[in-house]
Amino acid sequence: MPDADHRIYLLAGVALFAIGFYSLLVQTHLLRRVMALNVMGSGVFLVYIALGAQTPGPIPDPVPQAMVLTGIVVSVCATGLALALADRVQAATGRVELGDHEDAADLPDASPAPSEHHKGTPSA
Amino acid sequence: MNVHGFLLLGILFSSFVTGLVIFFLKEENHRLRTWLNLLGAGVKLILVAALLWGIHQGQTYSIALEFLPGIPFTLGADANSVLFVTLSSVLWFCTTLYAVGYLEDSPHRSRFFGFFSLCVTATTGIALSANLVTFLTFYELLTVTTYPLIVHRGTTEALRGGKIYLTYTLVGGAILLLAVAWLHSLAGPVVFKERGVIQTLLASHRGELQVIFLLFMLGLGVKAAIVPLHGWLPKAMVAPAPVSALLHAVAVVKAGAFGIVRIVYDVYGVETAATLGVLPPLALAAGVTIVHGSVRALFQDELKKRLAYSTVSQVSYIVLGAAILGPVATIGGLVHLVHQGIMKITLFFCAGNYAETLGTHRVSEMNGVGRRMPLTTAAFTVAALGMIGVPPLAGYISKWYLKKGAITAGDEWVAVVLAVSSLLNAAYFLPILYRAWLLSPKAWPHEHDFGRWETHWMLLTAPLVTAALVIWAGVFAESPFSPLAWVKLIATREYGP
Amino acid sequence: MTAAWAIALLILSPLAAAALVFAFPRCGRWLALGTVAVVGGASVQLTWKVLTDGVQIHRVGGWGPPLGIDLRADGLSVLMLLITALIGLAVSLYAQRYFAAHESERPLPVNPDVAASRLSAAILDKDSVRRSAETPLRFKSPTRELVRGDRNPALHRERYFWPLFLFLWTALNALFLSADIFNLYVTLELLGFAAVTLVALAGKRAALTAALRYLFVSLTASLFYLLGVGLVYGQCATVDLASLAAKAQPGPALWVALALMTGGLIAKAALFPLHFWLPPAHANAPAPVSALLSALVVKGSFYILLRLWIEAFPALMTPPVAQLFGLLGAAAILWGSVNALVQSRLKLLIAYSTVAQLGYLFLLFPLAATPEGGFTAWSGGLIFLGAHACAKTAMFLTAGNILHAAGHDRIQDLDGMTHVLPVSVFAFGLAGMSLIGLPPSSGFAGKWLLLNAALAQGQWWWVAVMLLGSLLAAAYVARVLAHAFTRVEEPRKPHPIAPVMEWTALALALLAVGLGFASHGLAELLRVGAPVAGAMLLGGAAP
Repeated sequence: MPDADHRIYLLAGVALFAIGFYSLLVQTHLLRRVMALNVMGSGVFLVYIALGAQTPGPIPDPVPQAMVLTGIVVSVCATGLALALADRVQAATGRVELGDHEDAADLPDASPAPSEHHKGTPSA
Repeated sequence: MNVHGFLLLGILFSSFVTGLVIFFLKEENHRLRTWLNLLGAGVKLILVAALLWGIHQGQTYSIALEFLPGIPFTLGADANSVLFVTLSSVLWFCTTLYAVGYLEDSPHRSRFFGFFSLCVTATTGIALSANLVTFLTFYELLTVTTYPLIVHRGTTEALRGGKIYLTYTLVGGAILLLAVAWLHSLAGPVVFKERGVIQTLLASHRGELQVIFLLFMLGLGVKAAIVPLHGWLPKAMVAPAPVSALLHAVAVVKAGAFGIVRIVYDVYGVETAATLGVLPPLALAAGVTIVHGSVRALFQDELKKRLAYSTVSQVSYIVLGAAILGPVATIGGLVHLVHQGIMKITLFFCAGNYAETLGTHRVSEMNGVGRRMPLTTAAFTVAALGMIGVPPLAGYISKWYLKKGAITAGDEWVAVVLAVSSLLNAAYFLPILYRAWLLSPKAWPHEHDFGRWETHWMLLTAPLVTAALVIWAGVFAESPFSPLAWVKLIATREYGP
Repeated sequence: MTAAWAIALLILSPLAAAALVFAFPRCGRWLALGTVAVVGGASVQLTWKVLTDGVQIHRVGGWGPPLGIDLRADGLSVLMLLITALIGLAVSLYAQRYFAAHESERPLPVNPDVAASRLSAAILDKDSVRRSAETPLRFKSPTRELVRGDRNPALHRERYFWPLFLFLWTALNALFLSADIFNLYVTLELLGFAAVTLVALAGKRAALTAALRYLFVSLTASLFYLLGVGLVYGQCATVDLASLAAKAQPGPALWVALALMTGGLIAKAALFPLHFWLPPAHANAPAPVSALLSALVVKGSFYILLRLWIEAFPALMTPPVAQLFGLLGAAAILWGSVNALVQSRLKLLIAYSTVAQLGYLFLLFPLAATPEGGFTAWSGGLIFLGAHACAKTAMFLTAGNILHAAGHDRIQDLDGMTHVLPVSVFAFGLAGMSLIGLPPSSGFAGKWLLLNAALAQGQWWWVAVMLLGSLLAAAYVARVLAHAFTRVEEPRKPHPIAPVMEWTALALALLAVGLGFASHGLAELLRVGAPVAGAMLLGGAAP
């Protein structure tokens, strides 16, 4: 197990993760939720760095650091995608939060008033 | 596998390919569809004849395809299969002829005849299955392919009938699957064999085998319409007449009864089953069904419903035969598989003729139909008398063997059941004959004129042929080319010389 | 072609095609078909190698663990690759015409009054009646116009569909070939991104909302998984799947790590009770996308769970854990089926059916965990997976056809569909057979093996669940078919539909049934590198 110094980072990482997760659950504003995800991600990365430092000797283990680099790249992409989608959702619904059950209600290609539509088209 | 096995595939494919091709025919292609139907039915008949000839020459037939790990998909032709496959292919030919005439102007005929052919394919498959999993496969396919036929008319009533049918048969299918899987886990892949295949497990797994037997009977009893699992059969009467004929005489009910025969004779072996003590409850269920069906039939005014309850009663003769130990009862039960088929299909053909030609659906409307449609009514009379058990018709032969078998086995109560049932049969058939021949006709609800003959010639040919079969099976029962002769052979193999 | 080439092509060719399509959007259809050919050939080649020479390992750049990336193909991997290629082929063919079918859609007046006057003019004017039969009158949802760049929504959608589809395929192939749990994380994220964006492609409000919810679930789940990976590395100092089994010491830290990873993965695999995001996302996406999501994407997470619990940490697969997985699976089967039964929309019904069918896959854990019947359950569960992929794709494609032809997918208004779309309804019925598990379908083959394993181990409670699930599946499939068979006095005039869309669905449905006969061969393939002990149960082995 890591020594005391590293353990602080480890615990801080876990705490960040927990805080992020908590906000994700309780916040409704889309931007806040994206930020919460980022906080969670930072927590995970901190845990990785702390674990990388636990190897004996002066040089830390490079593998977790390589992983964190990859993770950061993924995280940036994820944030970008989430923001773009949130922007689209806001444009489409005029709201900055996800409704609870609305999405189940208005489903596929339902062209409005389909019945008039069909009756209007005479079946040759 | 041997090269002769391809004959079995041919028998299966003659209707399968026909069905597939028919699906893609345009609705207007009436002539081509009719020819294809008759061609498929005819080819099947010829191939079955070839099979009979080959078996007579001492040839054996089997073919296996890879299927589940350790369980091939196997077709074979033993004595029981040949009995059932001959019955179904002969009756299919008649039904096809009849159905073509019956559905002359109704919509969705390509869909109907497509599923019709697939339905017979499944029945043939049930007959030719050589192991339990193959049997299960065709048994379930039969369920699936019959559903579109039952709901064919698309009315609310038809859909309700179809729903009830599916509910019963799929639950039955699930129970059957459980039984098959459980038996598989005990005995390994189960291949049908005379005198059964589970004797070695008898000592160690007695209780489990009894439960599995019960599951088998519950699963198969749904299709065989054993009381109290028969509820779907009267509801399925909403289907067009050829479908009813198919359900009652060729395919579904028969498949259930044939399945019970298979389980008793070729999986458990009737002597092993007797040792297990599972036969008396089965005999009791069959007895109750026979009486219950007959009593219910008595109170039906709708002709097809009366015939449906009559089927409930009559199919259990087959089960009864299987449930009594001894070669004579076995002969009675198995021969009734054939006899009930030809008699009941005649009755349904005639009922369809009355409905199509005169618009009469009820017994109370049948006054004087004999004068208007003498040939149809003659066929009806032959079949009805056969059902009652009047000598020398087919039904008499079955009942005589069953009664003798029961007395030999010491089950005198069965003889009483048979006597009561015959009385009830007479009670619900004779009034119909009386009305038809002796009362004077009133106005028919919807009369159609078919010119020269009393009805469409295709509708007339089918019941006349099957009525002739009823007479033949009775009068020539002792000749070497009768169902009885073949069934005696099966009984000899089951009980040993 | 060597195995290394095949492995490289499996990942690089869809990736390259995706990039090319992005640059040359007009070539999307052709590049996708080309990719199908290359990936299909490579999959078959790799399968052959695995069958003849056993497990194939490719060290990217020759580095090897811990720094390098290993790609590994065993029986399970190539089975997944083959299924993916098959579904990829079907979706590529279907999407050739799916989006094109909407191309005639011209932007119509948003103002309902104008549209109504157009409608009445159409009724009076014979010529425009004919025209309106070809180009359906359609009110534009006002919200759709708000979404930018949506001048011709159909073309817009197709333009982005192909590259995203190819990215999705890249991610899936990479996932099935990954040999370490960190690489699995990366591929899982790529898969999630492509899937979420594809859901959003439908562009409507419901689809966007569902996509965003899916993205939140997916990202959160990935972070849980990533944290778990970190803790595993802290414990075992490796992320290589093959060497984890030897190094794993069951202890609190490892339990926490595995719990985190599993929690994330079951959310992504939409296992009950974390399935809430799946029905809206799968039902609102365009039909080919729904097919991809239900057939393949959720299976990706399930695949990782298998690798983790059965291959990397069998020591932690204690009976209570196994039974817990089974319990969740059973709950999913019942909950999903009952929900499917009460849906009024066809696509939602199919989506809930996915929730239910995924439950069967999780029965694999309690049944494969013991040596007795372990391999039977393993092959049964995975054959079931393939069966579900084919059947569910066929169903979603059929639903797409119905939606297109009828303009809606309300189940109670499907009357007379057998007359309008006979091939599609037939395909739906055949696919339904496989979902119900009627013989000889592949769904039956899978269930049969699972049943055998359960009976041999005396775990009869799973037998009851499986049979009940089959009956419920029969109920919801029959419900749709019953409506389709209802007689209509005056059949509606459907929008014409491209034959390839109907026949692709039928071909997959036929495959879902016919693959039952291949179950013996599939079991042989799964034997290669299988992480479970025991022989195939051939019956008669019970005590």
